[in-house]
Amino acid sequence: MMGTIFGIPPQALFGQLLLGLINGSFYALLSLGLAVIFGMLNVINFAHGALYMMGAFVAWLLLNQLGIGYWWALLVAPLIVGAFGVVLEKTLLSRLYKLDHLYGLLLTFGLALIVEGAFRHQYGVSGQPYPIPAELSGGRNLGFMFLPNYRGWVVVASLIVCIGTWIAIEKTKLGAYLRAATENPVLVQAFGINVPRMVTLTYAFGVALAGLAGVLAAPIYQVSPLMGSHLIIVVFAVVVIGGMGSILGAVLTGYGLGLLEGLTKVFYPEASNIVVFVIMAVVLMVKPAGLFGRER
Amino acid sequence: MIARLLAGAALAALTIGVMSTGPAMAQQGKLSGDMVKIGVLNDRSGLYADLGGEGSAIAARMAAEEFGNKILGKPIEIITADHQNKPDIGSNLARQWIDQDGVDAIVDVPNSGVALAVQEVTKEKKKIFLMEGPATSRLTGDACSPTGFHWAYDTRALAVGTGQAIVKEGGDSWFFITADYAFGHQLEADTSAEVKKAGGKIVGSVKAPLNTADFSSFLLQAQASGAKIVGLANAGGDTITSIKQASEFGLTQSGQQKLAGLLIFLSDVHALGLQVAQDLVLTTGFYWDRDDETRAWSKKFFDRYGKMPTMVQAGSYSAVRHYLKAIEAAGTDDGPTVAAKMKEMPVNDMFAKNGTILPNGRMVHDMYLARVKKPSESKGAWDYYQILRTIPGKEAFATFEESGCKLPK
Repeated sequence: MMGTIFGIPPQALFGQLLLGLINGSFYALLSLGLAVIFGMLNVINFAHGALYMMGAFVAWLLLNQLGIGYWWALLVAPLIVGAFGVVLEKTLLSRLYKLDHLYGLLLTFGLALIVEGAFRHQYGVSGQPYPIPAELSGGRNLGFMFLPNYRGWVVVASLIVCIGTWIAIEKTKLGAYLRAATENPVLVQAFGINVPRMVTLTYAFGVALAGLAGVLAAPIYQVSPLMGSHLIIVVFAVVVIGGMGSILGAVLTGYGLGLLEGLTKVFYPEASNIVVFVIMAVVLMVKPAGLFGRER
Repeated sequence: MIARLLAGAALAALTIGVMSTGPAMAQQGKLSGDMVKIGVLNDRSGLYADLGGEGSAIAARMAAEEFGNKILGKPIEIITADHQNKPDIGSNLARQWIDQDGVDAIVDVPNSGVALAVQEVTKEKKKIFLMEGPATSRLTGDACSPTGFHWAYDTRALAVGTGQAIVKEGGDSWFFITADYAFGHQLEADTSAEVKKAGGKIVGSVKAPLNTADFSSFLLQAQASGAKIVGLANAGGDTITSIKQASEFGLTQSGQQKLAGLLIFLSDVHALGLQVAQDLVLTTGFYWDRDDETRAWSKKFFDRYGKMPTMVQAGSYSAVRHYLKAIEAAGTDDGPTVAAKMKEMPVNDMFAKNGTILPNGRMVHDMYLARVKKPSESKGAWDYYQILRTIPGKEAFATFEESGCKLPK
């Protein structure tokens, strides 16, 4: 008989931690997009969950209407969602930059309701099945649990994207422009850089990340109009805990809270839906700017 | 027989007593507000919207249309609202409908938590409550009401149907993944009782919050339990997600464990697809492809809704139709009078044959044990079930004495 950790066999604990990491991957991807958008645009993008759902639906439509499979969807769906983001930014969001945060929040919240309502009207709530791509079906026995190959892939893909984005923003020249433009847009424009276009593209990139997360999620969950609203509140809590606008904070908190939620599901499953919010409340009391945020 | 006659006589006396200010008017068919107003109250946007939702409203309208949308010379109006799966919103809507809008009967109300709250309101206001969506057997047990009717199925019938059938096939150790609210708890309790009665044992259970997006961690716990059967005491979107992810995690591929979906609706199977859902054994109160009558009605429903009816939607039709017939027979829409009339008359329509209603409001009708077809067996869309066995109503549902309801018989 092996020993136990707090009354739970270690195998079960490892399994749950790994599952937490997988869920954390989605939190990280989504909160990364939110952090990028908030950092550069100062917009609290409440439509993020709806755009994540849209990514999944685009993948599903590509497969069922045009016969385009998963791997192409991984590229095409974020582009389509990103293009939708460009339209949103150009026609609606760009009018609000001079106003209070609240207006951006209300606008994107309204947009989220409209997009979700439209999909719900068209497709119902039970969702559509999306098959796991053949290359990634099946799974392997890790000794302490059975890991579906696809879930392993999700962790890898999300790590690559998160690290890539962090490097792009913190270590490259383009990233430096972006960061400078958030500090002082007028000055950066004076150096001959098209700041409005950069802002548009940043928004498009942020929502494309949501679209990408949607495609990654499609084979795991039902492709359902409600999938975004399930997730978005948690993701906002992640961003608040990590610190609004902090990219590193969003990513680390995303994985961390996924793990924590996984543990809660072992020790006290009834609380697994609220543990993130309890932590949020505590963090806000102790460190109102979030774990990685700066006081402004 | 004599008891029933006496009850009828007593009731007639009571009716006259109540109507003593104007018995003549009652005979001419006096309707409150000069119309019969029926409110379909259910989840129209969340995880239970596809099993009831607008479909239940359409079914109720189809019943009203059979009466020409008129009863005793007065119009029938059907209104709808979304309770968002929140008991407080549900009971507030019910109160507002009854107090301000003159609603005479409330229909459907899936989500046992909401139904228990609405039952309190309709009981207090003496209005008819026709339940098709909710599952908990408490609605005709300790929480019963003289004007409440539980129509399509309940947790006890599901437990008897699916629970017993699976234990008989050798599935004698169970682990439950349970929706953490009134419905899940009751379904787990009722199924546990049936499993133990049939000689099986319960290894453990885990309570998952309603509307969980990721069941993998609960499935892993089920896997670790070593139970032969993983019982899903949940519904709608939650059942869909857990079945899909169980297949992803290879829960059933090993052949060591089997899934038992304790409450599966046709809409769930449609969403999952036969590839994932095949061979699930389930208990249902209605299947569209059972006989000519069900096919004819379902075809009409399909033409209007674009989907085949679930047992909740078909049940809504049956209950509203029976309710309207009782109004016609009683000549009034007064709640307690109509309720007594409904309990006197047998239910005969495409949904139920010779259905009877117990004093606690339980409509007793045959249930069906079904198996989800393999993709190769299905002839096309919506051809999903093979009926394995008809479970006689008396076997499926608790008797009035067993139910624990404290109403006079």
